[in-house]
Order: sequence, then C-alpha cells, then structure tokens
Amino acid sequence: MIDYSNFTPYSALMGGVLIGLSASMLLLFNGKICGISGITGQLLSFKTSDKKWRWFFFFGLICGGAIIFQAYPSSQNFQSETSTALLVVAGLLVGYGTRLGNGCTSGHGVCGISRLSFRSTVATVVFMLAGVISVYVFRHVLGVGQ
Amino acid sequence: MKQSIVSFIVGVIFALGLVISGMTNPTKVLAFLDLSGKWDPSLAFVMVGAIGVYFLFYRWITKRDTPILEKEFSLPAKKGLDKKLILGAVLFGLGWGIAGFCPGPAIVNLSSLNPSALIFFAAMTLGAGIFQITNLAK
Repeated sequence: MIDYSNFTPYSALMGGVLIGLSASMLLLFNGKICGISGITGQLLSFKTSDKKWRWFFFFGLICGGAIIFQAYPSSQNFQSETSTALLVVAGLLVGYGTRLGNGCTSGHGVCGISRLSFRSTVATVVFMLAGVISVYVFRHVLGVGQ
Repeated sequence: MKQSIVSFIVGVIFALGLVISGMTNPTKVLAFLDLSGKWDPSLAFVMVGAIGVYFLFYRWITKRDTPILEKEFSLPAKKGLDKKLILGAVLFGLGWGIAGFCPGPAIVNLSSLNPSALIFFAAMTLGAGIFQITNLAK
C-alpha cells in the first residue's frame, strides 16, 4: 500500500538532481568518483596521502547541512525511533560494510549504476534487498527498536 | 588548493541534495525500505534524478582527455564480483535497514546535532576504523 500522505516525488527528484550535479562537478574538475564512504573512510587510513580534498569535502557536507537546516528548520525535526544499542550496531555495520564492499548509496548506487558498472549494480541490488529484509525483520518480525 | 575548494563546494551541494530529497530523515528512508507497511516510494525518485543527471554528464565528461584540475580520471578498475563486495553490501544493507542512515546523511546530520545521528556517526566511524585496522594487519 502506498503512503500518499508522505509521498514527495518532486523534492526527491530535485534533491536527486542536485546530487547528480555535484557528483558530476567532482568528476569534471578533480576526476574523482563521488562515493561518500570511500572519500571519507580513507581519512582513517595511514596509507592515504591525499587527505586535504577529502577533509574539504567532509566539511562541505557538514556546512551544506548547516545551511539548509538553518533555512528550513523543519527538515531537521526528525525523530529516530531506533534504540541507542541498535544505533551502535547499525553504525558499525554501515561503517565496516561500506568499506569492505567498496561503496555505499552514492558510490555504487548513483555513480556506479550511471557508469553501467556491473559490480556497483550488483552491490546496489544486494544492499537494497538487505535493507528491505532488515526492516522487515526488525520492524515486523522482532518488533524492536523502531 | 583549487581541488580542495571544488571538493568543498561539491560537499555543500551534495548535502543540499540529500536534505531536500529527504534522505537525511531516517523515518523516510525506513518507510522507503518497508515494502510490507505503508510504503513511501519517494526515495526512488532521488535515484532517478541523481542517476539521470550523472549518466548523461559522465558520458560527456569522460570524453575529455583529462579532468580540468587533475592529470587523469581516477575511475574504479575492478570488474568482476568478489566475496568482499557482496558481504560488504549485505552488512551495509542490514545496518541501513536498522537505523535508516547511510554514510552521506550521517555526516550531513552532524550539523543538526540530532543525538541519534551523532551516536550513529560515532559507531559508523568506529566500524570504518575497525576495517582499516583489520585490513592493515593482513
């Protein structure tokens, strides 16, 4: 059943276009793929030497958030229903999993699929399916945390 | 320095896109992943918008010999599937479905000082750090 009361296709599409444009800009100027987990995850690596642009990107994300949250305060008025323990488990899984699998929603989902990369398309299908199963199990079978 | 400034601007625009699209709201993300409940398909439109734009620009940009500020394009070279890719995607998906945050929104939400987002970000950083340490040991 579709929840039409919360359905926001236009803002979703517009936000998506901004994401696509910013990722294109990073490719055009710096020649880099815009994968958030890879760009920021390598800030934790001792081997990575090109950390400067990665930090600037990281702070750009935070500043962009600060600007839009200031302009539209309602956009930050969300309430996560997830318990602290489960937030920690989820964070560990996302942090470790995106590094192990070499990408997240941006690198595999947006950039990878657009590049018609087989690896990224498979990864996106897998993490989407895992996400759907996870919500089903935690929300409807176990009924915990959310 | 020019590349760092570009990276900063890209980060800002990317963050605007994430917030406007609704990706930074975990309730909305979970409603998208919850097919058996009241399904909110909005976030499929984020993918349509982002992939539509990047699909076209990628083809146009990579016709160039080099990026504007760099000697060459850094594009992923790996082709085939491997266990790490699949296992990583499974773990990521499970975590995404538990809390509704993925890496981009987790970082953008730092500025909202939402307590849940802060806890998630700390754990996510720890998870990435554990990967880094265990990977170095090999």
